[in-house]
Amino acid sequence: MAQSAKTSLMPGLRPALGFTVLYLSLLVLIPLSALLLKSFGLGPAEWFELLTRPRVLASFRVTLLTSLSAAALNVALGLLLAWVLVRYPLPGKRVIDALIDLPFALPTAVAGIVLTAIYASNGWVGHLLEPLGIKVAFTPLGITVALIFIGLPFVVRTVQPVLQDLDPAAEEAASSLGASRWQVFVKIIFPNIVPALLTGFALAFARGLGEYGSVIFIAGNRPMVSEIVPLLIMTKLEQFDYVGATVIGMAMLLISFVLLLIINALQAWTRRRTGAL
Amino acid sequence: MTTTFQAAGSAVTRPQQRRDWVRYALIGSALLVVALFLIMPLLTVLVEGLRKGWQTYFDALVEPNTLSAIKLTLLVAAIAVPLNTVFGVAAAWAIARFEFRGKSLLITLIDLPFAVSPVIAGLIYVLVFGANGWFGPWLAEHDIRILFAVPGLVLATIFVTFPFVARELIPLMQEQGREEEEAALSLGASGWQMFFKVTLPNIKWALLYGVTLCNARAMGEFGAVSVVSGHIRGQTNTLPLHVEILYNEYNFAASFAVASLLALLAVTTLILKSVLEWKQQQDRLAAANEVTE
Repeated sequence: MAQSAKTSLMPGLRPALGFTVLYLSLLVLIPLSALLLKSFGLGPAEWFELLTRPRVLASFRVTLLTSLSAAALNVALGLLLAWVLVRYPLPGKRVIDALIDLPFALPTAVAGIVLTAIYASNGWVGHLLEPLGIKVAFTPLGITVALIFIGLPFVVRTVQPVLQDLDPAAEEAASSLGASRWQVFVKIIFPNIVPALLTGFALAFARGLGEYGSVIFIAGNRPMVSEIVPLLIMTKLEQFDYVGATVIGMAMLLISFVLLLIINALQAWTRRRTGAL
Repeated sequence: MTTTFQAAGSAVTRPQQRRDWVRYALIGSALLVVALFLIMPLLTVLVEGLRKGWQTYFDALVEPNTLSAIKLTLLVAAIAVPLNTVFGVAAAWAIARFEFRGKSLLITLIDLPFAVSPVIAGLIYVLVFGANGWFGPWLAEHDIRILFAVPGLVLATIFVTFPFVARELIPLMQEQGREEEEAALSLGASGWQMFFKVTLPNIKWALLYGVTLCNARAMGEFGAVSVVSGHIRGQTNTLPLHVEILYNEYNFAASFAVASLLALLAVTTLILKSVLEWKQQQDRLAAANEVTE
């Protein structure tokens, strides 16, 4: 009896839930449905025609390739950083750990102009790469560099807690049985961090697909070569081509939804794997 | 048998040296990544901003268009952040304290704006409020400006910062449970008394953490506000948009000078974030000690 009385005592469900649903609907769901409805107004033939134009296809290829390669490199860099932060004593570790989130905190436009300055042919890194024949700024490689910067924290922050919570007993047992450090890593540690690595990869990839601010300064934005999908949407809007912008935006949104579902599944897998049910 | 012994023996002696070598290589490359991707960008902002001297730097900061961009950025954040904070608390209260159908769908929908490209966040408001949009003609008739004006900037900013507060509070409040609040109620506290005396003190650090992140993104947002701003200098240019305009005019020193303000915001955010993480950890430890005592 006391239990049910207590449950009904807790106040505020109606106003809290009502406000939540109203606010969510007005600011997120209804505006998003405008995109949905506008793009459903078109026939499949129009959709196909608009999305298979060479410039549109090229921008999707550039966006997908650069985001995929940046996310893959972020898996390696993120694992390295997470490993060093968790496993080794290091002076200034707290500062480095806080700095990892800089790409989340630094406005993307600032990241864009700063990376361009660093990787331009007269920049700190650019002038070192120029004699080697490597051009970064104003090429697709520049887009990848910007996306590595933007996605760097994702893998670190998904892998770090898993590494921290790993039970050392299994590793100690393996090495006392004669396993090398490398064998311990491959056979014991790696299987435990695979879900977290994949989650970090998917998060970095999803962020890279939609990224705009940090990319447009360094990309050079040449159609067919270094033009990303978000910029193409922007260009269509500036030309008042709302239909074109809507169709490309809708295609992007669908890709993002699929990725969101995959990320949710991966996070559920990580939780099961690490035993935090 | 002998092979096992040899293997075990070598595991004790040889890998010790090798591990040190591997360790230094890993630490070295990690520090290189930190230097290249995190420290160098921060230094570059300052160096480029000061390239033409302090005078140019300060002139760029007090120039009227910069000042109006600062004011607009503060205004937009001052509207968007409190609204998303109230929303975050309400959503977390409903989700963490009650059971209802469609709860997991609601959580997914709250996270949705993070999955959407900022440019699309701007695009959807153009489709709703633009000249050819749903309410465009009606708004034009009544002379109400939403796009290319402050309301549009606020809407786009709310969208991109939507989940920040809610996603910090929901897991924390779920973990804390409702016992303390129920105790307050059974002792005769009113709903608001319970909220201000029990709930708020329990979530204050996580709440500030969410607000800090929300504010950083609100002041730094570029893509979404770029779509809805119209880039009217001195009127609808926020700080990040002002950085872009100066940059595109090849006024690099001024552009980096203004960018250094935003970099300062980022560094302040990181410091606040670390302090708040530490405070949260302290609270958790104190709570754990209470339980064991």
